[in-house]
Amino acid sequence: MAEFLTLQSAVATYVHDGDVVALEGFTHLIPFAAGHEIIRQRRRDLTLVRLTPDLICDQLIGAGCARKLVFSWGGNPGVGSLHRFRDAVEHDWPHALELDEHTHAGLANRFVAGASGLPFAVLRAYAGTDVAAQSSSIASVTCPFTGEVLAAVAALRPDVTVIHAQQADRAGNVRLWGITGVQKESVLAATRSIVTVEEIVDDFHDDRNAVFLPSWTVTAIAHVPGGCYPSYAAGYSERDNDYYEAWDDLSRDRQVFEDWLEHQVYEQARAR
Amino acid sequence: MSVFSTDEIMTIAASRELAGARSCFVGIGLPSVAANLARSLHAPGLVLVYESGTIGAKPTRLPLSIGDGELARTADVVVSVPEIFNYWLQPGRIDVGMLSAAQIDRFANLNTTVIGSYDQPEVRLPGAGGAPEIASACPRVIIVMRQSKKTFVDKLDYRTTVGFGDGAGARSRLGMPGAGPCVLISDLGIFRPDPRTFEMTLTALHPGATVMGVRDATGWDLAVSGDLVETLAPTDEELEHLRRLHANSKAKATD
Repeated sequence: MAEFLTLQSAVATYVHDGDVVALEGFTHLIPFAAGHEIIRQRRRDLTLVRLTPDLICDQLIGAGCARKLVFSWGGNPGVGSLHRFRDAVEHDWPHALELDEHTHAGLANRFVAGASGLPFAVLRAYAGTDVAAQSSSIASVTCPFTGEVLAAVAALRPDVTVIHAQQADRAGNVRLWGITGVQKESVLAATRSIVTVEEIVDDFHDDRNAVFLPSWTVTAIAHVPGGCYPSYAAGYSERDNDYYEAWDDLSRDRQVFEDWLEHQVYEQARAR
Repeated sequence: MSVFSTDEIMTIAASRELAGARSCFVGIGLPSVAANLARSLHAPGLVLVYESGTIGAKPTRLPLSIGDGELARTADVVVSVPEIFNYWLQPGRIDVGMLSAAQIDRFANLNTTVIGSYDQPEVRLPGAGGAPEIASACPRVIIVMRQSKKTFVDKLDYRTTVGFGDGAGARSRLGMPGAGPCVLISDLGIFRPDPRTFEMTLTALHPGATVMGVRDATGWDLAVSGDLVETLAPTDEELEHLRRLHANSKAKATD
């Protein structure tokens, strides 16, 4: 059964240096508060996994938490570059960042294989691209029935997956809706999971189809209203597109970024 | 005739290519503008599909990201990311894919990964996203991008997405089900694959553009169709719809 913890103890207990950490949520429900807590607890040498690294991985990379990034599209959606990610790849700042990159379909299927308890997943993808040659987790496989050559992608099993959801009930069942991304697959593929939620409710009434993750599939739940800001939680908040646009300027300069980190992330801990 | 910008005619020409299409897998940026314009003008019933899993989205403003709340709220159905790629894109259920890129070569292969070498890039770009599978699986692919010697290159720095590979026969050798990029629209003209060589060939010039100008903005020895035509200038109605779409987006963004 999921245990209810503060975000601080959930991260302290379940995210360790050197872990493979998936932080999922496709534009919607991105677990920013948990990402900031990982930065505050100064975790190091993490392998971050996220289809769309978004601002959350930009922040973790700039803060020096990541050794490696497994991803499929690393931009600021609709705005442009992720400058901390680029600085790490182009100039090794704050240190070098190893990459394992995929397509969305490929990385999503790596989670599907992990959640399914299979060693790999099959899809029609990557043919003729340089992406396939770059990654040791992409190979090809011949269909035993038709002879078609298809892509095989290695199962991904994070040590811990972190997501944000709209609701948990008091038994620790988690319910989320709207754009659901790969959250279900990434939690079921992982050894441990942390779910931050907007609200804890008495029960979900008749809406049983929306019980997304039963309590016994989740390790820890933390009540963190607004924990996905500046992304959004359908039914609770709107995406702050202005923040995403402002991040473009803020993150360009190392010093400005470090000031942001000091005031918006580290000082929050001292204030606690 | 109204005055229009090269970006406007590019977007409008791209939206016309969607007339008759049932569904379109849409990327953010130029493709999203063209696809939303098409839905308001040339293809009213067009089902817009975004990789966030929103099928049949009907946004009234241009979304900033592929996962904006309005896409989910106005969609016919919202599915997970594995489902959108495995059940919907991979079997060829989405008619048209619309893409853009940082670099394109003569066979419409695309680079969205790096400028320079992979290990020591001059510019690290976002990467593949959904593009390789969109270009492989959709029955038709439309590419929209601004043209210069930096973007229309002789050799890609990285091949993220396959258009026609190394030319005739490449797609079937690679087992790609869709027909590939049927049209490339830039701010200078329109290019279609030669039916024999599959090299992208200039088939239409936008008003005001010249063959010499297009050649100067192309990094390879450009093939020009013997039946070169001029792109129809945007109608007042097309311009009005496009400008309203942009104005709506600006107005709502500041709400």
